[in-house]
Amino acid sequence: MLLEYIAIGVMIALATVIAVIAIGLGELFGPKKRSSVKSEPYESGIAPIGPGTRRMPVRFYLIAVLFILFDIEVIFFLPWAVVFRQLGLFGLAEMAIFIVILLIGYIYAWKKGALEWE
Amino acid sequence: MDLALWIEFIIKGFILIFAVLTGFAYLTLYERRALARIQTRIGPNRAGPQGFFQPVADAVKLIFKEELTPAKADKVLFVLAPIMTVVPAMILAAVIPLGTQFTLPFLNRPVTLYVSDINVGVLYLTAIASIAVYGIVLAGWSSNNKYAMLGGLRSSAQMISYELSLGLCFVIAILLGNSMSLLDIVEAQKSVWFVVIQPVGALIFMVTTLAEVNRAPFDMPEAEQELAAGYHSEYSGMKFALFFMAEYEKMIVISMIAATLFFGGFREFWFLQGTVFSVDHFWWLGPIYLLLKVVVLLFLMIWVRATWPRIRYDRLMAFGWKVLLPLSLALVFITALGILLANQFGAIYIWTIPVLSILAGLIAVLLVNMSLRRKVAHA
Repeated sequence: MLLEYIAIGVMIALATVIAVIAIGLGELFGPKKRSSVKSEPYESGIAPIGPGTRRMPVRFYLIAVLFILFDIEVIFFLPWAVVFRQLGLFGLAEMAIFIVILLIGYIYAWKKGALEWE
Repeated sequence: MDLALWIEFIIKGFILIFAVLTGFAYLTLYERRALARIQTRIGPNRAGPQGFFQPVADAVKLIFKEELTPAKADKVLFVLAPIMTVVPAMILAAVIPLGTQFTLPFLNRPVTLYVSDINVGVLYLTAIASIAVYGIVLAGWSSNNKYAMLGGLRSSAQMISYELSLGLCFVIAILLGNSMSLLDIVEAQKSVWFVVIQPVGALIFMVTTLAEVNRAPFDMPEAEQELAAGYHSEYSGMKFALFFMAEYEKMIVISMIAATLFFGGFREFWFLQGTVFSVDHFWWLGPIYLLLKVVVLLFLMIWVRATWPRIRYDRLMAFGWKVLLPLSLALVFITALGILLANQFGAIYIWTIPVLSILAGLIAVLLVNMSLRRKVAHA
């Protein structure tokens, strides 16, 4: 069992090495003529106005929080799906109750306007 | 744990990574040629016969390009971001079976045609696929550029929103295959592909994967008119190439996953079963069948890009959260119900799944249509 994961580990190492080599090639062969204008952030040809990283709309946080809620739900589905044939009707009923509880939260979020994007 | 095993791991890993890398190079050519054909152009055909060396020329050009780093950029994260995007794309293919196994001549050593067959293969796919979000967010944030940051934010919000439906589609495949190991899922599709049993699920899978790899019509992070080039605005040279590589490699790997979960994987087409063209007969047919399916699925992705305009961002999020999520939840429930019925009353009842899911899909289309009509009436 552990061997299977070692195989994946070997592959991760290989992939990282290849990515680092690719970046290294660019560093090695690319010309380097730096100037202060060149290293300014890109802003469609004009001098950049204000800082580059600034406050972000709160909607993105909301989406992230909702994602965590529902993604955990999906993760709960995975083990249930594997043993579903052994669980039978009991498993279906359990999951139906689980889905209903989550749907209440989902409908609440929808009605509160958390899913709107205006 | 002997030396031969290490060598086997390294060779298999290398072959898989190089297959994906070569696939990436020629996918760019394939896409450009196919897009050109759809738009009644010819496309790149100068470098070598039929433009065969175009990817090589592109790579050489990118290596010799100057790389710029914006002045106030976070230097470490700026370099780390492309690596973090491309590594998951390359290792995602590790659990996908390309075939069964064969015996190495002379050494008499059985070699499996997959890097590893872990019993939580599908979980591995979901886990690794979501790591790519980090790379894109970090790229956007570390660039110190407004467009890049907005692009990174948009991209992350979009990817995590569609990941929910994607995860539920994985659940459907697990339910039907009764295992998380991709090899078992492929074997379960020996007689009938899961796309036949769960057509709507396969369709949702393909839609969500388009959003997941930021492809048209869901390429909001790279909407030129609004965000310049989105999260990779500030990247040039090989660092840009790595983002490009990640996107196309993910396209390939996700087509492989779609083929494995819903289109029978490396298994032969149903009408070839028991003939000489079966995978049981010749092991080397497995990768060929998988490649055929991947090429067809990739063409669908290119075709979609050539045909459909970009979706507006608010509609994109609404589509993910309000349509795909409830619909895929319903599909999971329908699939479970159908399996239960088939277990209780006989295998014929498995066909309640496609009937009910197509019905659910139609209801969803009807509801979307009605709500759009209401919006038009209001405006």
